[in-house]
Amino acid sequence: MQAVKYARAESVEEAVSLLQDGGDGARPLAGGTDVIVQARERTRDIDLFVDIKHIPEVIGIEHGTDGSLTIGAATPCYEIYGDDTIAEKYPVLVDSCSLIGGTAIQGRASLGGNLCNSSPAADGIPSLIVLEGQVEIAGPNGRRTVAVEDFCTGPGQNVLGDGEFVVKLHFPAPAERSGARFLRFIPRNEMDIAVANAASAVRLDGDGNVTWARVSVGAIAPTPLLVGGAADAIVGQPLSEASIAAAAAASSAAANPITDMRGSIRQRVHLAGVLTERTIRQAAERAG
Amino acid sequence: MATEHIVVNCTINGEQQVFLANERDSLLEALRDRIGLTGAKEGCNNGNCGACCVNMDGRIVNSCLVMAAECEGAEIRTVEGLADGDQLSPLQNAFLEQAALQCGICTPGFLVAAEALLEQNPDPSEHEIRYWLAGNLCRCTGYDKIIKAVQQAAGQSVV
Repeated sequence: MQAVKYARAESVEEAVSLLQDGGDGARPLAGGTDVIVQARERTRDIDLFVDIKHIPEVIGIEHGTDGSLTIGAATPCYEIYGDDTIAEKYPVLVDSCSLIGGTAIQGRASLGGNLCNSSPAADGIPSLIVLEGQVEIAGPNGRRTVAVEDFCTGPGQNVLGDGEFVVKLHFPAPAERSGARFLRFIPRNEMDIAVANAASAVRLDGDGNVTWARVSVGAIAPTPLLVGGAADAIVGQPLSEASIAAAAAASSAAANPITDMRGSIRQRVHLAGVLTERTIRQAAERAG
Repeated sequence: MATEHIVVNCTINGEQQVFLANERDSLLEALRDRIGLTGAKEGCNNGNCGACCVNMDGRIVNSCLVMAAECEGAEIRTVEGLADGDQLSPLQNAFLEQAALQCGICTPGFLVAAEALLEQNPDPSEHEIRYWLAGNLCRCTGYDKIIKAVQQAAGQSVV
């Protein structure tokens, strides 16, 4: 382990000031399931952990009176999939949070951490994107909000500047007859990193027409992608084999993957389409 | 590099503990090297194998992925806390009776994880047991005997 120091921040302002004073070597610590490994294996230079999970607004789940949802950035996965209202209204978050690591990882790992780790293969991010998540960031110049799809800028890189950290994630109330689904492809049943993953969300009207959709695919580009062309292919008509195939083709066309030990370019381009098709169908089933 | 020591107050297996740790220590290192509780094992040291599983504030965690400094005020339970003196817990007995271990390195992690499962779900299905224990790796048993031991501890009939 690098010579890491530890500081427990009691307020957002204190965390910002610790991160700012700590410079490049200071990292926020939530569940630690990525950053502690990075410090130990020296894949990042880290000399200060700023523990943010004791700041009240950074941890916990809040359901607004308007039906919206706010999740503190450091809220562990098990609290998210154990929340009855989330399970009922945002089951796509349960899909993601119950697939990130095993039980002991889910006891600590958070969606804010998954986002800030900014892995192209993050299992939380496609779901956050299709739910139109907004990232509330605190920093030396106050607060700002960024759409999830604009947050990651490259593998392990994101829009956070000096002294900034993610405080919470905001989601609008789910619309009537809407549904969303996340799926991951791995060669075993659990505990692996995605070869590819995807989430889709759809809204239907009374006649079964798709009135709105979002499709996001991961591990097929330097960042998780919001694939506008896949949504365009299904909106304005009832779901059909032809429209779903067009959406799948749009995701495959948008894919810009690498070949690595988990999968080849060809396999990932194919999977982008397959997972788009399956998540759209299952999102529509959830929309009812 | 100068060594910075910190004082950590927490509860371990029901007893108040105050210990000194290096600021860079993980909870696993603190348990093994500072407190002398060597039940939790270092396997991969990166969160994949589950050999270092302990219970922290009611949830299982990989103690290699917890900083000792984070444990201020926490309630920690380790495999050493399962038995009551010389009296093994029902789960520990089931592991013996089902021969659910060979080399034993993974066993403390499996015991702590399975104990937490049975606390919140006293009658789990085989599927639920396998998923709950997916983050605990065993290279000896092939898992079947471990699953059977958990089923026996849950009072289920084991074929």
